[in-house]
Amino acid sequence: MSFLTLDGIEAFYGPSQALFGVNLSLAEGEVCALMGRNGMGKSSTIKVICRLLKHSAGHLAFDGQDMAAVPPHKAARAGLGLVPEGRRCFPNLTVHENLIAAARPGHWDFDRVAALFPRLAERRDQSAASLSGGEQQMLSIGRALMTNPRLLLLDEATEGLAPVVRQEIWAAVRQLKSSTGMTILVVDKSLAELRQVADSAVILERGATVWSGAMAQVTPVVADQFLGV
Amino acid sequence: MSRATLLNAALFLMLPVTALAALVLDEPFIITLATKVAILALAGVGLNIALGLGGLVSLGHAAFFGIGGYAMGILAHHAQTFTPLMEAPFLLEGTKSMPVIWVVAVIAGALAALAIGALSLRTSGVYFIMITLAFGQMLYYFAISWPAYGGEDGLSIYVRNGFPGLNTLDPIQFFVLCFVILALVLFCAGRLAAAPFGLALSAARQNAERVETVGLSPYRLRLLAFVISGAVTALAGALFADLNRFVSPTMLSWHMSGEIMIFVILGGVGRLFGPVAGAALFILLEHVLGGLSDFWHVYLGLLLLLVVLFARGGMIGLAAGREVAHD
Repeated sequence: MSFLTLDGIEAFYGPSQALFGVNLSLAEGEVCALMGRNGMGKSSTIKVICRLLKHSAGHLAFDGQDMAAVPPHKAARAGLGLVPEGRRCFPNLTVHENLIAAARPGHWDFDRVAALFPRLAERRDQSAASLSGGEQQMLSIGRALMTNPRLLLLDEATEGLAPVVRQEIWAAVRQLKSSTGMTILVVDKSLAELRQVADSAVILERGATVWSGAMAQVTPVVADQFLGV
Repeated sequence: MSRATLLNAALFLMLPVTALAALVLDEPFIITLATKVAILALAGVGLNIALGLGGLVSLGHAAFFGIGGYAMGILAHHAQTFTPLMEAPFLLEGTKSMPVIWVVAVIAGALAALAIGALSLRTSGVYFIMITLAFGQMLYYFAISWPAYGGEDGLSIYVRNGFPGLNTLDPIQFFVLCFVILALVLFCAGRLAAAPFGLALSAARQNAERVETVGLSPYRLRLLAFVISGAVTALAGALFADLNRFVSPTMLSWHMSGEIMIFVILGGVGRLFGPVAGAALFILLEHVLGGLSDFWHVYLGLLLLLVVLFARGGMIGLAAGREVAHD
């Protein structure tokens, strides 16, 4: 059974339409890559899933529950863990405070997050605003994990980071997959990295799903046609 | 120890030291002033939970202060006139016991804050300010037009209410009582700010959407903060009424809301000990400048202007230097 289902999702920002029919289906334990060129609706799709953007048509279900009328904080409580684009930690709180502010009981606690990202343990009492971009990204992922989500949404988690830091983030994502079997929907531009971690892929073009299938089937021809790489 | 911690400790100890010195020098009026500072600081600590932590600019906190005051006034009035509050469906008598009055004041303040907060927190910014102000004024005019409890003239209580084991009419004993309450509330407010609830509230002040995406409802966080804030301010109101042995609609007026806010701003918004510094400075100015001129508020206004323009962290921020998220 599908864990997360998007069926013909349409959404608007004010009068302008951003999504024209997004279809996506994700099974529990699956890692899915959401791909597409800039401005094709990846982040809008993530926002719809998290209820930060209301869809005007189509059907959105998470774990069998229709999410249309669910407010963002209830969606998060239902098990959606968002790592937003641009990191967005709470700058006025320390690393530890960022992590415990929204923690919910479960597998993930401060010690497990600190083990996944040792750098966060080192910076425990530093304010989030004083962290490097990579560390803020780790904190943002850690904060989402502390809510013990059943589905992790990674929106451009490696954007704007140094290659060596990207490797650290990807290593953590692979570890999440292999050690906990976490269900992940990941938006990223790095096809090479996505190939290593993702099981399936969905490609968006002009706000609509144009291709979906197994990650292994994203051949150079497909990549060239839809992603321009 | 950081400079801020030292400063907080010094500020905090200043009150009992002043009161003890006044006791030795036989200046009961100074003890009463110190008591007033402790009580007004307590009201400020209450507002600071909403304003400093939650970023909720409430211009209606006099409502809770006054509700606390009237809780004391009404209960003590019935006790001193030996008339029951009500006879049906069950007999409810007044009381002269401080602990009972405090419990009633806190519950009444919390319930009022729940009702006012539930409505006004649906708005934000200037609308929130105006709605809290409107609720405050509603209660103010209600109190004025309620002859059973003195209307515009207020209620006088002949003898200060009692606390088991203490002679509350002795200024120093009443001071100690108020100071201990302030200390306990400060301790709890400090723990609250560092607890996940306080952290989330603080985060919601900066960006509500981010808090929603981690599964917390900013509305609920703020409502709870508003209720706690109202309850603490109501407790301060009950003590203030007992200090003066008098309660009148003035306690509900928007001047009072403004004064409580001034304590917080002078001391430093969001600083745990800010209201203590602010209330102490306010009373000191009122006492010193008030002796020189009836128009001492001019100087207070000037000082407030300087603090807002040049010392955003208030007196504590100025003295402790470094800007901190919370202390």
